[in-house]
Amino acid sequence: MQLTNRKVVVSKKEQSFAEKLYLPAIAKGMMITASHLFKKSPTINYPEQKRPIAPVFRGQHVLKRDENGAERCTSCGMCAVACPAEAITMTSGERKKGEEHLYREEKYAATYEIDMLRCIFCGLCEEACPKEAIFLTDRLVDTEFERRDFIYGKDKLVEKIDQRIDVTKRQTPEVLAFKKIPGLKHNELFDKKLDKGNKH
Amino acid sequence: MKVTIDGITIDVPKGTTILEAARMIGPEVAPPTMCYYSKLKTSGGYCRTCIVKVTQGSAANPTPMPKPVASCRTEVMDGMVVENTINNDVLEARKGVVEFLLINHPLDCPVCDQAGECSLQDLSYEHGAAKTRYEFPRREFERIDIGKYVQLHMNRCIMCFRCVKVAEQLTDNRVHGVMHRGDAAEISTYIENVIENEFSGNVIDVCPVGALTDKTFRFKSRVWFTKPVDASCDCKKCSGKVRLWMKGPDVLRVTARKNMWAEVEEFICNTCRFDRKSVSDWKIEGPSPIHRGSVISQNHYNHLNELKVQVMKQQKALGFMDINKRP
Repeated sequence: MQLTNRKVVVSKKEQSFAEKLYLPAIAKGMMITASHLFKKSPTINYPEQKRPIAPVFRGQHVLKRDENGAERCTSCGMCAVACPAEAITMTSGERKKGEEHLYREEKYAATYEIDMLRCIFCGLCEEACPKEAIFLTDRLVDTEFERRDFIYGKDKLVEKIDQRIDVTKRQTPEVLAFKKIPGLKHNELFDKKLDKGNKH
Repeated sequence: MKVTIDGITIDVPKGTTILEAARMIGPEVAPPTMCYYSKLKTSGGYCRTCIVKVTQGSAANPTPMPKPVASCRTEVMDGMVVENTINNDVLEARKGVVEFLLINHPLDCPVCDQAGECSLQDLSYEHGAAKTRYEFPRREFERIDIGKYVQLHMNRCIMCFRCVKVAEQLTDNRVHGVMHRGDAAEISTYIENVIENEFSGNVIDVCPVGALTDKTFRFKSRVWFTKPVDASCDCKKCSGKVRLWMKGPDVLRVTARKNMWAEVEEFICNTCRFDRKSVSDWKIEGPSPIHRGSVISQNHYNHLNELKVQVMKQQKALGFMDINKRP
């Protein structure tokens, strides 16, 4: 079976005088090298230059605050149970009186951790979130020297009040509508039952 | 007495209700219940979730009943024909009942500790009515403190009266009940009295929604992140047969064991429920059986073991030959 036509049969024939000199071969090689000086570079200088990314790029997570600055997350655990890599862990706390401006609902995430080494950036957590609290953004996760530094806590995940992170790209009407449509699995089951009843 | 439910005929003793007869056949035809509880006398008849269509009243009088009837309060007659899941009208009517139950329900499942084992959640998802169309203000209550063990959220209550029956029939000195009538009805304790009876913790288990929850488990963990384990102890007050909900080495919650109808098998005392929160207090019997479709079995990968057992069985049957080859 032949996969490519680049097969070369190795031969051990004696080198000619010109070949023994090596000079023509060196000149040929230098020509190739020099020609690359005038070609377009395939690489970019990353931190200064950045390649364009898709609008649905999934990068580092953000935990959103609502319009009053209160954290949206209620620590319901849907993201953690949806996560195929089991990267999300959390503990819940109960909101006390006077903390209404900090947390949106009675329960909040006292700790919320995402292990960025475990995370596969599939976006199932934002799909599962019933409170529009977690979103994946176009930011890249920083490189670190220690493994423990990749476990992002609330200090890194929750957006700062004065530095809001724009997620409108990921909050398209289609996405929001998807969460509200009745055509989810349980409704299909119900429709099937109804069909059976009609036949009877 | 012969009764036919969804085309399946069963012989039941006199005085059996339609619901009990359906449960004898199996979970496929048994109507869902929110207020009926077989362990509590005179329960049922409030929520209308278990309505069924009686297409033939009895062998003697075969006229159908004009309206859907509450199966938990209707006794069977000889030759009765009942339609539950095969009748479109019943499913539609039940969907309507679900919507009525959700009218004043806050739908705060992400916050509620009952989520994952909530009968109302299951019921509404099964009937495709997980969202409510009701746009008007829901009734809201000031939070009432009913002791250090039980948390009462009146907003979530669907007025099933189960906890009142528990207080009536299990505890000797009832301190809580239903006040007011109709739309204004609410569960309340007698002049803010705390529930201190030894069996009062059972109101948590019988509550089908998150209106009565365990204060010692409050916001500790979602139900599906804990592992249920059957355990027992020598308790002088109760049978001591419980279910521990564990996370790692910690016992987060102790409940009674529930059967396939989400009803407790044996009521347990408050000492077992609230005070024995250490593994050393219990004799572990083994992991509790949880339905594979339940969210509680989520992420525990139990089915992988089942699969392994199946493969092993097949391998054995084939004498360790190629398992891809069908016998």
